[in-house]
Amino acid sequence: MTFHALLFYTFAAVLLFSGLRVITAKNPVHAALFLVLAFVTAAGLWILLYAEFLALTLILVYVGAVMVLFLFVVMMLDINFDKLREGFWQHLPVAATVAVLMVAQMGLLLWAKMGFSGVVSPGGPPPGVSNTRELGRVLYTDYLLPFELAAVVLLIAMIAAIALTHRGKRAVKAQDVAAQVRVRSEDRLKIVKMDAEKPDAANEEAAPKA
Amino acid sequence: MITLSHYLILSAALFAISVAGIFLNRKNIIVLLMAIELMLLSVNLNFVAFSHFWRNLDGQVFVFFILTVAAAESAIGLAILVALFRNLKSINVDDIGTLKG
Repeated sequence: MTFHALLFYTFAAVLLFSGLRVITAKNPVHAALFLVLAFVTAAGLWILLYAEFLALTLILVYVGAVMVLFLFVVMMLDINFDKLREGFWQHLPVAATVAVLMVAQMGLLLWAKMGFSGVVSPGGPPPGVSNTRELGRVLYTDYLLPFELAAVVLLIAMIAAIALTHRGKRAVKAQDVAAQVRVRSEDRLKIVKMDAEKPDAANEEAAPKA
Repeated sequence: MITLSHYLILSAALFAISVAGIFLNRKNIIVLLMAIELMLLSVNLNFVAFSHFWRNLDGQVFVFFILTVAAAESAIGLAILVALFRNLKSINVDDIGTLKG
């Protein structure tokens, strides 16, 4: 077994183990931390596949941003997680059956079509070729429009996330000048139409009390 | 020798694990979102493996876009989760079925 194969099997084992722990952990904080481990391990596998730029992007974007966001939300919300695990063991047989069937089907198909010695690795890129440079060249020429659309998607996601969670100036006691300027006299002064009162009726009401 | 089949089997196993996770944790939205992230990771692993074994960079470009969309998805998903928790004081999926769909 070569060193490359040893690395692959080690990383694959860690990846599957951490994936299993993500879905079975009782505490969602532990699940999030195991998801971090899964992402770092996957980044290692991508480096084995000579995709260095994407591996580092995965660590920076996922471990650095998305998983921190997950941990932040999990720790911010005050939730009784035991109640959310109701039905866990009840659904386990179905889930395990579906999962095993999926892997078995995929394995059988690959075994029948390609075997486990079919497509071998073409090896690394020739010396002097940078994965980042090549990826950038493709990204900024052939995929320029999708690249800019991806930027728009990120912008919209940012606006949407702020709009969904922004609570306005509820707790702040500063005056709202726009609201003060907008106010009309009808909002502040209410004129009620009523009949004129007669003086003797007012005296009759006042007399029994006195 | 590590071939393409090894990577495909690995990512199929990871995908199956996350499908099982959606079955098991059907009440906890946070773990559901994490299972979806795992699914996207296994798909990305497929893309990178194909890209390497067929010496074509287009697969890696696709992974780049999937990463973008997945980051946007989890940001909005967690924002919806926070807004939901403020209104319901709960993130149980059973409490959200008020539309009776």
